[in-house]
Amino acid sequence: MQARLIQRAKELLESGEVERVLGWTAGEFFYDLTPAVFTTVEVLEKDFRYNVFAGANLSKYLIAESRKPGKIAAFLKPCDSYSFLQLVKEHRINRENVYVVGVGCEGKCDMEKIRAAGIKGVLDVKQNGDTLVLDTLYGEKTMAVADALAERCAVCKSKKFAIYDELIGEDGEDSDDSRFAEVRRLEAMTPEERFAFWRGELSRCIRCNACRNVCPACSCEKCVFDNPASGVENKAAASSFEENMFHIIRAFHVAGRCTDCGECSRVCPQHIPLHLLNRKLISDMNELYGAYQAGADMESRPPMVDFRQNDPEPSIVHERGNR
Amino acid sequence: MKKIEKKNLSVLFEALAAKAALYIPADNAAGQSQFTRYEAGMTLSEKLNTARSPKDLFFPQIENLVDFQVFGKEIQVRERKAPEEDFILFGVRGCDCKSFEILDKVFLSEPADGYYAARRSHGIVMTLACGAPEETCFCGVFGIDPAAPGGDVSCYFAEDALFLQPLTSKGEALLEGIALEEAGDEAVEAEKTSIRRIADRLPLNQLSTEAFGGDKTKTLFDRPEWETLAKSCIGCGTCTFVCPTCQCYDVKEFKAGDTVQRFRCWDSCMYSDFTMMSAGQPRPTQKERFRQRFMHKLVYYPANNEGLFSCVGCGRCVAKCPIHMNIAKVMKTLGGAQNEK
Repeated sequence: MQARLIQRAKELLESGEVERVLGWTAGEFFYDLTPAVFTTVEVLEKDFRYNVFAGANLSKYLIAESRKPGKIAAFLKPCDSYSFLQLVKEHRINRENVYVVGVGCEGKCDMEKIRAAGIKGVLDVKQNGDTLVLDTLYGEKTMAVADALAERCAVCKSKKFAIYDELIGEDGEDSDDSRFAEVRRLEAMTPEERFAFWRGELSRCIRCNACRNVCPACSCEKCVFDNPASGVENKAAASSFEENMFHIIRAFHVAGRCTDCGECSRVCPQHIPLHLLNRKLISDMNELYGAYQAGADMESRPPMVDFRQNDPEPSIVHERGNR
Repeated sequence: MKKIEKKNLSVLFEALAAKAALYIPADNAAGQSQFTRYEAGMTLSEKLNTARSPKDLFFPQIENLVDFQVFGKEIQVRERKAPEEDFILFGVRGCDCKSFEILDKVFLSEPADGYYAARRSHGIVMTLACGAPEETCFCGVFGIDPAAPGGDVSCYFAEDALFLQPLTSKGEALLEGIALEEAGDEAVEAEKTSIRRIADRLPLNQLSTEAFGGDKTKTLFDRPEWETLAKSCIGCGTCTFVCPTCQCYDVKEFKAGDTVQRFRCWDSCMYSDFTMMSAGQPRPTQKERFRQRFMHKLVYYPANNEGLFSCVGCGRCVAKCPIHMNIAKVMKTLGGAQNEK
């Protein structure tokens, strides 16, 4: 796949169809790829990398990149394509300046999963079919690719692209609703258990803002929490409950625009399952206003900015009881 | 040298906890290691490093300084006193132990920070040698030996036992009265050799610091590579908050009804409002903010502290950065011929 991507990127640059290419650059190891913009074939051939660890969602970078002069090609996974289209729909990305190369995806691995399995000192990895062969400081180890998949990939919502200009690999299908299983588990808890669960999870927050900064739906030019003039600006709060509220408010703010790309949980250094807050809201919106997938198309009206006379009354939440 | 069988580790922890509040690395609900107040039954984490560094114990993320409460026409001012209780930190790695020295130079220089000074004088540090370093480790670059981690007591796992070597009078006093066997040096010496052999194979341990140091501002500040290095930085504070040596903070106020709580909290040079002044933001884009972090670690801090770098190579930023940009990559890019692949 890497060779095909480099080849195509070269053609696009050389033909002048695009001036820049958004992809990944090599790291010190196999797993630490960094998103990068390439402008020359020389650097592209030397440093461009693509592998099962190219997990970062590149769409948010296109807000800034698409406003620069000249066209940019971007390699997007199926889930990235939803974030991309959602940002186009919100007039945040200038669609005309982006050439989307969809890259078929079988799921991306998460180094934290490998570390959690107790595998230490991983120097290199080779993918051998369904198995990862890991060269470590302490000898060779193996792990099933399925066991190393990021949570969001293990319950992937769709391998079908929302948009692309051309495709490398295969377009896929929508998946079943298995991603909501964890939401159902939380819904089955008593309110006290659920409160304790979230207090526990959110208590680990170090307010690094990685979830917010990586989130394609959090695209405000200046976040209210960074703005000293807002009156609610905070780097950390003296009260832990105030701190917890940050995440709850953020989930409500992105409701109807969150595509469930899972970047918030991928980047959380404290492993807080933030995506579950968003997924709960997605699940509720599906139930109250009909099935909706943010970023799936340009035409549909997002449930939170649409009004229909038969919309359920807000009291429905009360009527449904504790869920 | 003293020792205790590994299976009796909880006996040691109980004895230590009876002397003072004990903190050990234990796995939290998310399966990550975290310094946690010891309670009976708690087990030591198998992870090399805690996700958050032990600086939290000396320099907490949030520290309430003073409360103001309004009673009619009177304002009551309540100062929060610095902590006065002894505590023990067990399982501090060599890199993190070195980070305390780096923080000391900031917080204990005149005028000394009372809160930090109180915690330092009440804290007893028991280090633990790194039996199995990770690929993200590079403490050797900064002259740290993971086989000689320092602190008040240095500990080693070898031959199914924990060996303890007190290094200071504080450490000697701590171990007094605890049922430990006397032991020879052989097992620990063999373990040290094994650790150093692994450390020699760590890929990032080969980085050179030659191009960096207190006199390098002019050669490094305007390097064009900063632009590329900072390009994909998302401007979060992960690297600064998991870093054992980042020490910047802000003083803020939290208003709740008739009470105002003044507190300080960690700040991050990666944030857009860091060092914001009435005249504006001196570091207007992420490039300047990013550059500041690495120039501080590799140039400005050494310029003010006899050449001491303020990175200890713990590798947390290497493992945690959302886009995998880190000090090792910066040093490779700007470090000249010695650091080329």
